[in-house]
Amino acid sequence: MWKFIVPVGAFVALAVLFAFGLNPNRDIHALPSPLIGKPAPLFKLTDVIDPAREVSNGALKGQVYVLNVWGTWCVACRQEHEALLAISQQHVVPIIGLDYMDQRDKAKQWLSQLGNPYEAVAFDTDGRTAIDWGVYGAPETFLVDGQGRVLYKFISAMTPEIWEHEFLPRISAARRGGA
Amino acid sequence: MSWLKVIAAGMLMAAAAAQGAAIDAYGQLEDPALQARFEHITQDLRCLVCQNESIADSNVELAADLRRQVREMLLENKSDDAIFKFMTDRYGDFVRFNPPLEPKTLLIWGAPFIMLAVGVIIIFRVVRRRSRMPLDDEPSPGPM
Repeated sequence: MWKFIVPVGAFVALAVLFAFGLNPNRDIHALPSPLIGKPAPLFKLTDVIDPAREVSNGALKGQVYVLNVWGTWCVACRQEHEALLAISQQHVVPIIGLDYMDQRDKAKQWLSQLGNPYEAVAFDTDGRTAIDWGVYGAPETFLVDGQGRVLYKFISAMTPEIWEHEFLPRISAARRGGA
Repeated sequence: MSWLKVIAAGMLMAAAAAQGAAIDAYGQLEDPALQARFEHITQDLRCLVCQNESIADSNVELAADLRRQVREMLLENKSDDAIFKFMTDRYGDFVRFNPPLEPKTLLIWGAPFIMLAVGVIIIFRVVRRRSRMPLDDEPSPGPM
């Protein structure tokens, strides 16, 4: 009896492990953010286009907003740009950009050539704001609620499907919650 | 005495490999005790871009930014625990190569002991079964 149960049990256990572990849709580099449910780290940076202008997320308190981390060096950011432009046309929530590990000139050129989906783009000169947000690559997109709490983080290029299925339901739930 | 040369060459290679840490423009910390803590801490923090390298070894920009962060916190007299907490608050437990012992990591820490126990049980049972076997398969003494 054991000679039957042990190999079959081992097979089932391995099959379950592989079904989860080898799932091609799972991004093994995407890490869960410890920031979810916690207050969004505050930043006060300069605007990438106009260095005299300050961009601060403290000023957004009371509003649901999206923070999109990008850089001109980032290929996936180029891929998601169309999707971000389309999302900004919906005028659902403000999209704040965080330009990460980048140069002002290149970023300005990118925005003037490809279009600017952002309400404002903060320029993270030395990567400190990115560290505070636990950013380890780009693009990364955060959703913050009206109380200034991080609701959700999406790693990799934004798509209309992700926006519709992951972001929009959370945004309307946050607004229903009195945010 | 060529084997001595082989050993010497091997030791040189090992030493060279140990020197593989990434180099920053800052150079070493002046206080050797702080430098030792810096090395210890950066070797226990995972570079999240490469994921199998520590931030001490990685040349990625994020690793350099995190090394700068560790360095600044050491100079501000922050404790090792405070620095690790700063990192895990932002990047999660995954940032540490030594995950903390807590209920959800119990399996990781316990697995070696569980496997050792299973091995001991198997060996014990095999040995006991064999010791009960008749000795008739022993080679018979004397010329064949």
